[in-house]
Amino acid sequence: MKLGDLTELAARNLREAMLRNSLTTLGIGVGVASLVAMLSLGVGLQNLANDRLAHSGLFNAVFVSPRVNLRGLLRNQRPDSLPPAPQQPLDDQARSKIAALPNVVEVYPEIRFPTEIHFEANSYPTVVAGVQESARSGGAFDGMKGTYFSGPAADEAILQVEFARQLSDNPESLIGKDIVLRYAERQALPSEPSDKNSTAGGSSGFSIVPHEEKLRIIGIVETDPALGFGGMGNGRVLIPLQLAEKLRATQATDLRQLLRDAPTTHTYENLTVRVTGASQVQDVEDAIKQMGFGAFSLLDATSNLRLIFAVFDLLLGIFGSLALVVASLGIINTLVMAILERRREIGVLKALGAADRDVRRLFLVEAGAMGILGGIFGVLLGWLIGWGINLATKIYLVRHNLPVITVSTVPWWMVAAAIAFSVAVSLAAGIYPAARAARLDPVEALRYE
Amino acid sequence: MTLSNGHIAVRTEKVTRHYQMGAATVRAVDDVTLSVPAGEFVALLGSSGSGKSTLLNLLAGLDRPTSGAVLAHDRNLAGMNSAELARHRSHTIGIVFQAFNLLPRMTLEENVELPLRLAEVDRADRAARVHEAIGRVRLTARLTHRPAELSGGEQQRAALARALVNRPTILLADEPTGNLDSATGDEIMQLLREINASGVTIVMVTHEQDRAERFARRLIYMKDGKVIADGAPR
Repeated sequence: MKLGDLTELAARNLREAMLRNSLTTLGIGVGVASLVAMLSLGVGLQNLANDRLAHSGLFNAVFVSPRVNLRGLLRNQRPDSLPPAPQQPLDDQARSKIAALPNVVEVYPEIRFPTEIHFEANSYPTVVAGVQESARSGGAFDGMKGTYFSGPAADEAILQVEFARQLSDNPESLIGKDIVLRYAERQALPSEPSDKNSTAGGSSGFSIVPHEEKLRIIGIVETDPALGFGGMGNGRVLIPLQLAEKLRATQATDLRQLLRDAPTTHTYENLTVRVTGASQVQDVEDAIKQMGFGAFSLLDATSNLRLIFAVFDLLLGIFGSLALVVASLGIINTLVMAILERRREIGVLKALGAADRDVRRLFLVEAGAMGILGGIFGVLLGWLIGWGINLATKIYLVRHNLPVITVSTVPWWMVAAAIAFSVAVSLAAGIYPAARAARLDPVEALRYE
Repeated sequence: MTLSNGHIAVRTEKVTRHYQMGAATVRAVDDVTLSVPAGEFVALLGSSGSGKSTLLNLLAGLDRPTSGAVLAHDRNLAGMNSAELARHRSHTIGIVFQAFNLLPRMTLEENVELPLRLAEVDRADRAARVHEAIGRVRLTARLTHRPAELSGGEQQRAALARALVNRPTILLADEPTGNLDSATGDEIMQLLREINASGVTIVMVTHEQDRAERFARRLIYMKDGKVIADGAPR
């Protein structure tokens, strides 16, 4: 029998026992819904974690430092070991070369320096940190009060709320007001002919002079944006990175640089390289290493995290599938009942020329149809459950004054996979009844009253 | 399809069908050899349990013989697999039953179309063939009626249309008038006679000797699974 005819007959048979078939389909639907709800929770939490990690800036960044040669420190150095790799200065030239690598969004140094803020005749010691341009879209400033920097070198500051509270009981009232930044500016000294370390046009050191810069407060940020590597950790007054570089404020690393052999050009203690995506991190990291610098990323931590989530999703999927397995028993029961009820009909079909294969396929199409309908219903129900979880989470978080997050996500692949899985389970459940129906002796079946 | 007289439509050679009932062996059909030429109208007569319906089931390919051969147009059904037997039932024979066996949730038209679906006849050809078969049994006015809305005679005529729609060469009828009153039964027999006249070989199981003598051209009597008499009506 052709598939179109099989489908028509199957649909007619399903309509015949509407209540029972609907209940069976509902059972499948609930099974699929349980699976979808579980997996959507797993995927939602994974997305949430990925999103948070992406916002942290840790997983699409490579941290570059001058290569440190520790060979001389090793006591049992092998005589046949390779000669030490030449050390490359991590200077502006290196920064430009790294910035020119493919998939590199930006390269920036970490600028953090102590300062004193003058505001309304009072002084407040604190730490200023430069904020790179990419932080604007990184999510670190989500939920901030006020506005973001109007330009990459604007004379503007965003205050961390704890520090803002030192300045005013009402931090938001500070927005639009001016502060004066008092810091130690680094000024290069002209080179001296007698200096054995100097080179033509270079400098042999620097002097430190106090300097002031007037800044306008444009925002207050609640959280401490991106602590740790490559971020603005511990900065209480945040200013645009270009401005921070322009200020030439003395940093702790400058003193270390002064003691080195060749303080002729300004070098960086380290640079952070922001890459377009986590998948490009490895290539960029390798390229930087080939340039003669030390490079480090947190890529391995990401892969471990993915493994943990894969196992988590698998467990959720197994628990979610249990309901579907129970529902599949309902399909077997329904179809076995249908065989008993339609025994004579099966005999008639065989007498009229139906092959065993036709009868088997008819029952499998009925099982598959219940699987498709149950799958579609289940996906809708599962999505609805996920929506309910998200709504409840939102209400809870809003009541506790916390940022809203999405904990349940139903991606398209899950919709397709859940329906396909539902059909597969239904077909598997239909195999036994279909085989039993196909095996029916037509003479016996026709005698059945 | 019709075949000219002289060709053997169905033939059995020493065919037996035994059932095991506990320790006892029931010889439902026991060493039966007969042949039915194409175009013949044969009535199988006998009391209940004589083996006539079992023999009909063997001719239909619904049942398999314990031994011996059953041949339809010289093809041995005993050697066929289940798919080939299904094809035999679909293309070579048509069957009508005493209980009509129409599917109750389908209309007359849909019931008659069913064998065409099973035979994978193109959808475009089906309507014409369904209307032709229904016209042959004079039920055109009842196309959209369900079996429950038809009389017994109409149901049996519908069953005849269903049996004929695939244009079989052999029509097997198991007590086709058994559930009908006398006048309606005669109407059905008249229809069978017309169908036979069109060249279709008919093998009919009945226990109504009088009607068999009036309509069939050959009577085969069975008792205890054996053929005890075979000849033309008196």
